[in-house]
Amino acid sequence: MALDNLFNIAGSALNAQTARMNATASNLANAGAVAASDKDAFRAKRTVFKTIMEELGSTTSANTGGVKVSGISDDPKPIARMSDPGNPSADKDGYVYLSNVNEMTEMVEMMAAARSYQNNVEVVNTARQLMMRTLDIIKS
Amino acid sequence: MNMIDNAFSVHEKALGVRSQRMELLSRNIANADTPNYKAVDVDFKEVLKNTQDSALQTTHSNHLTQGADSTASGVKFRVPFNVAFDGNTVELPVEQAKFGQYAAEYQTTLSILESRISGIRKALRGD
Repeated sequence: MALDNLFNIAGSALNAQTARMNATASNLANAGAVAASDKDAFRAKRTVFKTIMEELGSTTSANTGGVKVSGISDDPKPIARMSDPGNPSADKDGYVYLSNVNEMTEMVEMMAAARSYQNNVEVVNTARQLMMRTLDIIKS
Repeated sequence: MNMIDNAFSVHEKALGVRSQRMELLSRNIANADTPNYKAVDVDFKEVLKNTQDSALQTTHSNHLTQGADSTASGVKFRVPFNVAFDGNTVELPVEQAKFGQYAAEYQTTLSILESRISGIRKALRGD
């Protein structure tokens, strides 16, 4: 029944949005981290979403059409370095490498994820109400 | 049984199509942030017509029946007002408005079925 799938699809979206919020929280937490080299510097993490497709030859999965996190990519923005010879993690020239996290971007990302999450919660609520009403049809 | 079949007439089919339409919209809302996802919707009129007109008549036990999945033909891509930078065509306000509309329409069909059922009950009880 199609109304059943609503729960699975919205559920998969809730899951994906949670992963996105986790990534954002991790980015914000590591915004002030410094590293000894460009390679080790913290780069902001971004989740990449993908639609769950029906796989060839397999039976239709319950959350076909839902969404999943297909991978996590690093923000390609360049890493800035700062002269701080007193820092224990400074390299031999006295530089530390900052993270490329932009707090503003992360806050916006967090709000966008929260809004998407709420939308899917609304879908679950509506689906639940419709299902209950459908069950009540035999009582009328 | 004929009386009961007739009582529900098109509404039973409509309820199925409407619930499938809700599923498609929930897919759109779930994929609101997926790059390159294209929003879909069903042409309700067309699908409902398909469920009625093209139903194969089976006059012999060996005849093949038509598959239950009748919506496949009516699923169409939505024409977006603006395409997002990442190729996604889901516009959340549009989807939310449609979702609300379809939920209301689903309940309308439910109400009609409810009244039919209570009518039949009344007739059976005879009081």
